[in-house]
Amino acid sequence: MQVSVSEENAEQEPVAYQVSAFLERRREQIAQRWADAALFRTVFTVSRDEAVEAGRAVTAALAAVAASGRVDDIRASGFEAVRDQLGRMAASRARTGIDPDGVADEVAALREPVTELLRAEFGEPYAPEAQEAVVALTVLMGTLRLVVMETTVSAGEELIARQREQLHEVATPVIKLWESTVAVPLIGTLDSARSQVVMESLLDAIVAERARYAILDITGVPTVDSLVAQHLMKTVAAARLMGAECIVSGIRPAIAQTIVHLGIDLGTVLTRSSLEDALAYALSEQGVEIAPLRAAGAAADAGTR
Amino acid sequence: MQASRHAGPASLPIGSDADLAWVRQQVRQAAAELGFGLVQQTKLVTAASELARNTLVHGGGGHVELTPLDAGSSQGLRLAFVDSGPGIRDLDQALTDGYTSGGGLGLGLSGAKRLVQEFEVDSTPGEGTTVTVTAWATVVPPARTVPR
Ligand SMILES: Nc1ncnc2c1ncn2[C@@H]1O[C@H](COP(=O)(O)OP(=O)(O)O)[C@@H](O)[C@H]1O
Ligand SMILES: [Mg+2]
Repeated sequence: MQVSVSEENAEQEPVAYQVSAFLERRREQIAQRWADAALFRTVFTVSRDEAVEAGRAVTAALAAVAASGRVDDIRASGFEAVRDQLGRMAASRARTGIDPDGVADEVAALREPVTELLRAEFGEPYAPEAQEAVVALTVLMGTLRLVVMETTVSAGEELIARQREQLHEVATPVIKLWESTVAVPLIGTLDSARSQVVMESLLDAIVAERARYAILDITGVPTVDSLVAQHLMKTVAAARLMGAECIVSGIRPAIAQTIVHLGIDLGTVLTRSSLEDALAYALSEQGVEIAPLRAAGAAADAGTR
Repeated sequence: MQASRHAGPASLPIGSDADLAWVRQQVRQAAAELGFGLVQQTKLVTAASELARNTLVHGGGGHVELTPLDAGSSQGLRLAFVDSGPGIRDLDQALTDGYTSGGGLGLGLSGAKRLVQEFEVDSTPGEGTTVTVTAWATVVPPARTVPR
């Protein structure tokens, strides 16, 4: 089918067309050889047949690109199928820890076996027309490498973005400390995305736990700049609208001094130096007191005296 | 190689929230290596966080140059935040506590100025902004004592 589409191109790119015909003809052999190459082997660890199938798909895609005469064009439409196939493989390699350079090397290693097969097609493997075909194939394989690099890098970025999102979720547990009292220990960077998640989880927890007190502990937040302070104040205001009083705890001395120099007024925010103090405050507001058992016994004694 | 890398200036890109986190981390590390105390480190890192965010949000991205300074008795760190954004038309206004052209608290620029020893803004409307700050590690604690 590529043949009919490429008839006109075949006039301009006879060599590319030749390469295309070769890829079509030798698709099975190429797929078999590629199935043992590192890129395919390490992705399709369970079944070699799957690797061969992927190899067939990539070979067919390359044949389509060559037939269109655009062997040096990473935007050639035939590469779509390659992007799909190899992109997934490259992404899975990237996930197992190999970097884009490593993937690029693995793609480069696919060239050798195909080149051998191509030369074998010619009676004289180093004749000028053989060399010409090898050059066209080399260009095509080089373009393939660029296409894969591109997909690997974007797959890597996607992966990082996904992990970052997971971190956001993992890092914002809302803990129920007591009847009507919840706490969020904040750890790490409080950027805008993270602050949004914190606020949402906290408001959800306030509703779910019917909380009247919410403690935001910032012991694990290394830097409190004006944006972080603004996020804290917004969260406190939102919690207040939900009927809960917020207490910010864990403001370390160095951070307290810095906040003052920045000119931030946390006057409207209830603060306590430690999570413990914040909890004690929330409990006492609810009429609950924590006392050592012995003291309680002593109090009981005192009552009978 | 290692020694010169530590002693020489370093340039870090500012193009995303993730870059801001990296800038804060690198500034903290550089300040700690130069002998800054915990409070001094926190102040400088916070100033850097404000200025880097301005570079990103108002300047449309740029970079920061970290230069360790050696004045014999004292070690310092100079940070230059560079962008080629719209620039600041009215610097007095921008340095006013609470002034913001966006939805911020308007305390970044003025607050950063209070957190460092030296502060300089070089901005040309339409061309960009460079904010340069320097902080020095005070080896001897300040002689200011509260009478008891
Ligand atoms: N690098 C910059 N480029 C352009 N404008 C800036 C830059 N830095 C600060 N500004 C201007 O100065 C104002 C005050 O900055 P800042 O005190 O950090 O407050 P905020 O960032 O909260 O708005 C900003 O709102 C902005 O208009
Ligand atoms: Mg700002």
